[in-house]
Amino acid sequence: MAWFRKEKQALESPPEKTVQTEGLWVKCEGCKKILWKKDLEANFQCCPQCNHHFKVTARARLEMLFDEGRYTEHDSGLASTDPLQFKDSKSYRDRLKKAEKNTGMKDALITGEGQLESTRTIICAMEFQFVGGSMGAVVGEKIARAIDRAIGQRLPLVIVSCSGGARMMEGAISLMQMAKISAGLARLDEVKKPYISVLTDPTTGGVTASYAMLGDLNIAEPGALIGFAGPRVIEQTIHQKLPEGFQRAEFLLAHGMIDAIVPRKEMKAYLGRASRLLGAA
Amino acid sequence: MAKPTRQPTIAQELEKLIADLEKSGDSAATREEIGRLRQQLEASRGEASGQSTDAWQRVLLARHPKRPYTLDYIQELFTDFTELHGDRRYADDASMVCGFGFFEGKPVFVAGHQKGRDTKQKLLRNFGMTKPEGYRKALRLMQLAAKFGVPIITLVDTPGAYPGIGAEERGQAEAIAYNLKEIPKLRVPIVVIIHGEGGSGGALAIAIGDKVLMFENSVYSVISPESCSSILWRDWDHKQEAARILKMTAPDLQGFGLIDEIVPEPPGGAHNDYAKAATNLKPLLSRALQELQALDADGLLRRRHERLRKLATFVSES
Repeated sequence: MAWFRKEKQALESPPEKTVQTEGLWVKCEGCKKILWKKDLEANFQCCPQCNHHFKVTARARLEMLFDEGRYTEHDSGLASTDPLQFKDSKSYRDRLKKAEKNTGMKDALITGEGQLESTRTIICAMEFQFVGGSMGAVVGEKIARAIDRAIGQRLPLVIVSCSGGARMMEGAISLMQMAKISAGLARLDEVKKPYISVLTDPTTGGVTASYAMLGDLNIAEPGALIGFAGPRVIEQTIHQKLPEGFQRAEFLLAHGMIDAIVPRKEMKAYLGRASRLLGAA
Repeated sequence: MAKPTRQPTIAQELEKLIADLEKSGDSAATREEIGRLRQQLEASRGEASGQSTDAWQRVLLARHPKRPYTLDYIQELFTDFTELHGDRRYADDASMVCGFGFFEGKPVFVAGHQKGRDTKQKLLRNFGMTKPEGYRKALRLMQLAAKFGVPIITLVDTPGAYPGIGAEERGQAEAIAYNLKEIPKLRVPIVVIIHGEGGSGGALAIAIGDKVLMFENSVYSVISPESCSSILWRDWDHKQEAARILKMTAPDLQGFGLIDEIVPEPPGGAHNDYAKAATNLKPLLSRALQELQALDADGLLRRRHERLRKLATFVSES
């Protein structure tokens, strides 16, 4: 028994200091500085301090790339049929409903057709907010139709990827989308119109292992995570810490896997120029 | 008797019990018990070959340490098999076996994932997990086969493409993607045989073809049941349920129209009788090749592209 006993006193936490900003401010994931949202918006959702590229929605992406932000949307009515009747603690159908409510989209990709720097172009943009931008039957079919259109009308095609990979809840059906899309791109080769793949943060798994790596040009945004296996899976397999910057766009450029890194601000001009250089304009 | 495995199947456990009892001496009680166990064993074997088999059981059979591997099928089916090596870029990947041989007297090209039996072999074969150089070797030699008009047969059995630093540095994703785009262009028949584990993109990279055959107790999925369980439940304890909900068995895939035919296995699974498993495959493979070789190259490619374009279209339109 001790002679003296220290009085146990719970540490008092200081009272919460919250300031109501009505969501006007956001903390940069790169430099941790507090940014005014309006500044961020004016700067293509990139940090004005450190140039960290925030994720953008598929709609915002299309508006950034098409002239005057105007485009016609294709195949917007396509929706998943839940072919596996997938259900764990929550049913896949409920997850889809929730994602639709949050994003106003029926699945993780929008196809738009319009002018990009005065060249008629088809652009597909993926939406990360929709089940991690994962690729199931709808994403697969929408891209396959976009390729059919690009072939039929001899138009250049741009796909902006932002995805965790194939969608687990559609099992082998998701996997087969990789085959369907890649075979479509093989046919697109024959009409000699450019397909430019834009890889943004993150692009991994079955999306990287199919159309995202199959562009006539593969262009990445700065700092984007791009790979086949996710970093955690690799760490678990090899039981080693991964080197700094592993699987980032700069790493891929150094290893010869992509053609260029293009900041978001310059992306539209770059894509327009690439189209012209490849004879699509 | 089968070697002990980490996760014995019910049949293996029963076999062991019977063997132990037989050794323990002859009495009316043990005879009765042995008889009862034999009945159970028969039932479990019957189940393993029927559609009612639990998905997880099939996963275990597909990964059975004694399951015939690619080289076993090559030995049973082809004569004068001549292995060829290397991607002419970086290395030779021993987890992917490629070569030419004769099938029913005619030349064919064969590519397949290869797993190892013992520790040394397992390491050499990298547990059947292919690296970019393996996929590039397969494509290089498939293109060679196409150049000489030789039909292509692929044997699929991999847990998945290797997730490692070197594989990423050398473009694992690009290697798989490039195969998916270039294989459809080959102007010779391609028959795909899934005979063990069809592990996601690592399997698909050599599984594009004009006819896809799948052994009864093999599985094919976008993710392993273990990984699926760890994503959904944050542990591996739900892998059996994950195997069920992923719909990864041959009957499931046939139901979705993703494979063409199911190859029946000998009672209890292909590991019980390699020769029988190969004999079951042979007429299906022979018929598939004959059917496809009857088409001219343009017709074959048209048919292939139509098939791939319609593949896995499960969408509703409003």
